[in-house]
Amino acid sequence: MKAQSFDVDVHHVTRVEGHGNIYVNVRKGIIEKCEWSISEAPRFFEAMVIGRPWNELHHITSRICGICSIGHALASLKATEAALGIKISDQDLRLRKLALHAENMQSHILHLGFLVLPDLMGVGSVVPLASTNLPEVKTVLRVHRTANEMSTLTCGRTTHPQRLMPGGFSKIPTITELNALRKKLQESIPDLQSIAKLFKSLAGKFPKFKRETEFIALKNPSEYALYDGVIASSDTGTAPAIEYLSFAKEYVVPRSTAKWAKHARESYMVGALARLNTNYERLSPMARETAEMFDLLPMCYNPFMNNIAQLVEVVHSVEDSIRLINELEAAGLQGQPDYNKPEVKVKAGSGVGAVEVPRGILFHDYAYNVKGICTKANCIIPTNQNHANIELDMKALLPQILDKPQKEIELTLEMLVRAYDPCISCSTHALKVNFL
Amino acid sequence: MKPKVAFFDFAGCEGDQLQVANLEEDLLTLLGQVEVVSFREVMKEHSDNYDIAFIEGSCTRLQDEDRLKQIRKNAKIVVAIGSCATIGGINSLRNYKDLESVKKTVYGENAKLFDSYAARPIDAIIPVDAYVHGCPIDRDDFLHVVKSLLLGKKTETPTYPVCVECKKNENICAFERGQFCVGPVTRAGCNSCCVNEGTVCWGCRGLVDNPNENAHKEVLIKYGLTVDDAIGKFRLYFGWQETKR
Repeated sequence: MKAQSFDVDVHHVTRVEGHGNIYVNVRKGIIEKCEWSISEAPRFFEAMVIGRPWNELHHITSRICGICSIGHALASLKATEAALGIKISDQDLRLRKLALHAENMQSHILHLGFLVLPDLMGVGSVVPLASTNLPEVKTVLRVHRTANEMSTLTCGRTTHPQRLMPGGFSKIPTITELNALRKKLQESIPDLQSIAKLFKSLAGKFPKFKRETEFIALKNPSEYALYDGVIASSDTGTAPAIEYLSFAKEYVVPRSTAKWAKHARESYMVGALARLNTNYERLSPMARETAEMFDLLPMCYNPFMNNIAQLVEVVHSVEDSIRLINELEAAGLQGQPDYNKPEVKVKAGSGVGAVEVPRGILFHDYAYNVKGICTKANCIIPTNQNHANIELDMKALLPQILDKPQKEIELTLEMLVRAYDPCISCSTHALKVNFL
Repeated sequence: MKPKVAFFDFAGCEGDQLQVANLEEDLLTLLGQVEVVSFREVMKEHSDNYDIAFIEGSCTRLQDEDRLKQIRKNAKIVVAIGSCATIGGINSLRNYKDLESVKKTVYGENAKLFDSYAARPIDAIIPVDAYVHGCPIDRDDFLHVVKSLLLGKKTETPTYPVCVECKKNENICAFERGQFCVGPVTRAGCNSCCVNEGTVCWGCRGLVDNPNENAHKEVLIKYGLTVDDAIGKFRLYFGWQETKR
């Protein structure tokens, strides 16, 4: 190893959602500083919702993040429904699962195609790929379109859902629309196979790095847990969602507007890789084939493989969505009145909603008074749960790559951060690499 | 030469930039017409040499004002996209609360570490040339504004309320259905999309110019609602506009 001195200051890591920074400084081969920090403007949602009524919370908290607005809305609805004792029908449950699949597909494919692929192809963004690799870009866009059409069909639109409400849906798709969607989903399978082949040909560019850590994700005996399940830790086992505070222990780091979290050890990881490690047996058949193509088997401790876990999940979401539509069809779609407004008896109570959103496990926890006015709220965001793990990965990875040219070190650290697909708007209720 | 465009974001959810990504095939067409020189969410490259700046998000802290002023200096045209940038948006809900206690609620004893003030739209800091309203913005609306700018035309936003579009769409009035709707005083241009989806207008495009307050009071009286009910609902998106009035 050369005893080199350099500073890395990636102020605002690009191709991530939000503002985060990487600060590294190395003197004569000695790492003096290796930090991950968040500079996104704080937004104070937990304070903003105090005093607002129960039927507004999902609308407000959806605005925590444009990328995972459906996931936030669903976690919010589950918390409100748990607090007020509201039940939803099996049909609505299936439609909500479709909505969640739609967002997972959309977010993952956008991340893989727009944000990760440029690193693997050695360019700065997807823009040059639109001229050099137009067919591949168009394949990615087709899958993205299908995912967005699924959002529109279940939620009313692609960002900030309109149809989701406590107790059900204000409007539901028709069986004809669902059939058309199923056809589109089936058509996206060959597209996903070619995307998988493309990533397979480039996967050698992901560093062979690993660091043992704890994984936390929802777990469900009957399915690959996304909408519902118990909290599962690879270190300590399972517990009901209501005990989330004993898992996600948040703390404030002065250099970061986003909170950090830890559980059994100094850090843990949430997201697609954590889910895959937790729920591998419940993946759909084609999703498992995709995972096997990349030798991605539990327990995988390489954070760069989170990208591939996302790809596997897209395949799973397509297959599982087809299954859900089949079930909806078999059960016979029950109509509902236009401008449906489920009957809700307001009462005091508190409740927790846990949902797996694209970047990992998300918790919303609310308390309501007798009038159904929110008196307390806590939201624990996936990216916040990953911050500590990102920094510890950086600290473990950096010594292994110190002999590389500075540009390559910088890119590798950025790729590490991007592998987590951090969503920093969310986490401040943050990305940048700064070599100081 | 193709006009150079740049995207910037402040306090917001980045859902409006996502809507731009969601243009998909249309985005490829758009990329044939403009050169994107800065878009942190999707590209590594950055340049301060641009003609049109699209800004998402509210200004919520003093330190961001300098960044906004620099963008204004660099750009010929500044476009605010999305409610947080055009009217302050949902961020301004916190403007009704004591900021110190808000910070304490979220960050506890460490609240003093984080600088923040009342959330405000971009035009509270710098002049804005065009607006794409909505939470989130509508993709076609965005394209329309971009096309107008590229053709050197002035962009116009409706000066009538959402009710006008909603009636045309033959929706059953939300008040008739026993719900509270902010449509009577909200700027149109969304084609009453939320009511079409079976819910109510939440007010995301902001207070319409010269809202007909008397007519709105009549609606409230007719349905047994109070001004307090209305103010509660206005706070969701009109926070900055209301506190300024």
